[in-house]
Amino acid sequence: MTNIFGFIKFCLGLWTRGGRYYWAWVSFLCLLIISGVLAYSNQLEYGLGLTNMRDSISWGFYIGNFTFLVGVAAAAVMLVIPAYVYHWEPIKEVALLGEMLAVSALVMCMLFVTVDIGRPDRITHLMPFLGSPNFPRSLLAWDVLVLNVYFILNLTIVAYILFTGYTGRPYKKAILIPLVLFSIPAAISIHTVTAFLYNGIAARPYWNASILAPRFLASAFCSGPAILLMLFQILRKVAGLRIKDTALAKIAELMSYAMFINLFLLGAEVFKEYYSNTEHLIYTQVLFFGVGDTKVHYFMWPALIASIVAFLLFLIPKTRNNPLTMNIGCVLIFIGVYTEKGMGLVIPGLTPDTLGEIYVYSPSLLEYRVAAGVFSVGFLVFTLLVKLAIPYMEKSHAHHAA
Amino acid sequence: MDTKIPPKPVSRRKFLESAATLTAAMVLPGVMGCTTENIDEFLQKHFVELSPAELEKVVKRMQKQNEKKYGKAGSIDATPAIPGVLFGYGLDISRCIGCRRCVHACVKENNQSRDPDIQWIRVLEFNKESGIDFAEADPYYCTTASLHDKEASHHLGEKKEGEAHGKAAPVAVPSADAPMKLSPVQKSILENPDSQYPLYQVDANKVPASDPACKVPRPGHFYVPVACQQCENPPCVKVCPVKATWKDPDGIVVIDYNWCIGCRYCMAACPYGARHFNWTEPKLPAEDFNPDTHYLGNRPRPRGVVEKCTFCIQRTRKGQYPACVEICPVGARKFGNLLDPASEIRQIMERKRVLILKNELNTKPKFFYFYGTAT
Repeated sequence: MTNIFGFIKFCLGLWTRGGRYYWAWVSFLCLLIISGVLAYSNQLEYGLGLTNMRDSISWGFYIGNFTFLVGVAAAAVMLVIPAYVYHWEPIKEVALLGEMLAVSALVMCMLFVTVDIGRPDRITHLMPFLGSPNFPRSLLAWDVLVLNVYFILNLTIVAYILFTGYTGRPYKKAILIPLVLFSIPAAISIHTVTAFLYNGIAARPYWNASILAPRFLASAFCSGPAILLMLFQILRKVAGLRIKDTALAKIAELMSYAMFINLFLLGAEVFKEYYSNTEHLIYTQVLFFGVGDTKVHYFMWPALIASIVAFLLFLIPKTRNNPLTMNIGCVLIFIGVYTEKGMGLVIPGLTPDTLGEIYVYSPSLLEYRVAAGVFSVGFLVFTLLVKLAIPYMEKSHAHHAA
Repeated sequence: MDTKIPPKPVSRRKFLESAATLTAAMVLPGVMGCTTENIDEFLQKHFVELSPAELEKVVKRMQKQNEKKYGKAGSIDATPAIPGVLFGYGLDISRCIGCRRCVHACVKENNQSRDPDIQWIRVLEFNKESGIDFAEADPYYCTTASLHDKEASHHLGEKKEGEAHGKAAPVAVPSADAPMKLSPVQKSILENPDSQYPLYQVDANKVPASDPACKVPRPGHFYVPVACQQCENPPCVKVCPVKATWKDPDGIVVIDYNWCIGCRYCMAACPYGARHFNWTEPKLPAEDFNPDTHYLGNRPRPRGVVEKCTFCIQRTRKGQYPACVEICPVGARKFGNLLDPASEIRQIMERKRVLILKNELNTKPKFFYFYGTAT
């Protein structure tokens, strides 16, 4: 017990110490969080009418971000698989950082769902025993379940690794390994269930394609590792994370496969839609060329080009192994997937609506502010977690050196 | 390890201040707004789990709220489905003239919000040449909201931050039968002796000022009113994460407005655009309040929940017709018991050519469109 209090004290100590950049970053995030909270309290008071969502497009920016972040949460942990297969030396660190990213992404996911619902005061209705979750029929009930299980799982792993690191005792493999291994299928399941959530809606042909879940997984395998790849490089510099260039190159190589599959699946959908040219083509048309005044295509083309360029950068060994071009590729693929799995998924799915009406949606200022607030909470959680991981890595580094 | 003392005490103070503001912003509204009524509402069970005594208590509370808001307690009954009844609806496409009287009768009967407008029935205008092709549907025929300006119809009345959406200025919506200020152009339309059926305005923002020639039915067009199809296989019920919407034994799909969490998954799943969300506090002027309500039907709804047509559950379970059936000037709307072979709806199904919308989705609507006359 004293250990736990000591650990909490240790964490607080780490969080309240930091350089100028740390405090600038934290204050910046806090300002955005305050702005988000103020915007959200406005929304609570007036209703979701302050967003630009309407009956015609009843899901928008919030749910788009949610969907993208589920992918990030899933893929971060899936990176543990290649870490095992290729015997990367700092496998513990890769796992730890992956799980930390997953925890932060899940915090954002849950917040995005919470800010999107009309009656957050009734959130208990989703919980077993307290409420009446619609099992097994509703995919949303399933999604709430798997996301929470995955969240608790990752949080437990992170806390356990850090706690053992603090006490200096070696962690029990019998506890940790099964948990980490279980988190891998759990990661796949959260993204599959989220894909099915859309996939199962027959009223929206754009989503009602069986290729959707594979596409979700493929694109997640691009965006999640992109974040980690950049993070590894930063931590290698500031915290002495012992990850070799070859491991980074291997991640980049694996990402290029994922990008290829992602682009291939996209191509398969585009072919089917345009060649068969049924009335369902209109949604893909909204995505790429716009129908009426819709605006998604302005973002989709740059995103598609970013994805293709990133794919080429990661495919060619020379650019893949060059830190500069690799990092450019990471940013590009992030942009590509964010657009494709965020607004590029939600908006064309709902435009035109089921009775053929085209309502042009773009988020209101309030939606941007709330979303920025949610992202800031996630970044803050991630920052604080990584701050705890740094001394842990330094310790294990020192241990290795000895 | 970094042992430096934070160089900028300001940023730490800022941090603490933000934390305090954050806590205050989150806790204060909760504490201040809490009354025993709120707590009762918060703890209220799902409708199907309420005992008769609990239901009575809940109804009393709601009546008190009605009294405060509308000056009338009204009745909130919970009449269950009548055994041996499965409701079905028939709509004669060959007769419908697109006058939108049903839309407004529905709004009045079912206590729908007047600002923002919530309308459970949507009348679509199609070209006779292209048939029922939703890509060609025009719900804004004969209104100022033209096809290129559909956004206008999505305005919400009052804006707080000035950042919310909407080109149209907030305008009070006159009730359907209240005298309305008419422009000379509008007057000419309504008083045009050639116009067999004067058009009923959608709302004050959308009177047909831009098209002086507009009268319904417009040549070359036909009209298909769409509301909840009361599917036998309702996708909205399937997707609801909290079982807040379900199909009662008489086939009516209902919502417990006090259980719905407002996630809007049902709206994504509904193939007929039948579900409507209360994006903000619905406004219902006291004089427009219809006090005869059903718990699962037309009782006033709170903000943040979904609502939809219930075949006028408050009327039909007592043997009356839905309001839209009664108002229809051309008798295009039929209603009855699908289990009774002698009912009008069954007779129609046996003798007329019947179609349902989007049958490929296997939702099995109990809303049947038919061609009653040869034209």
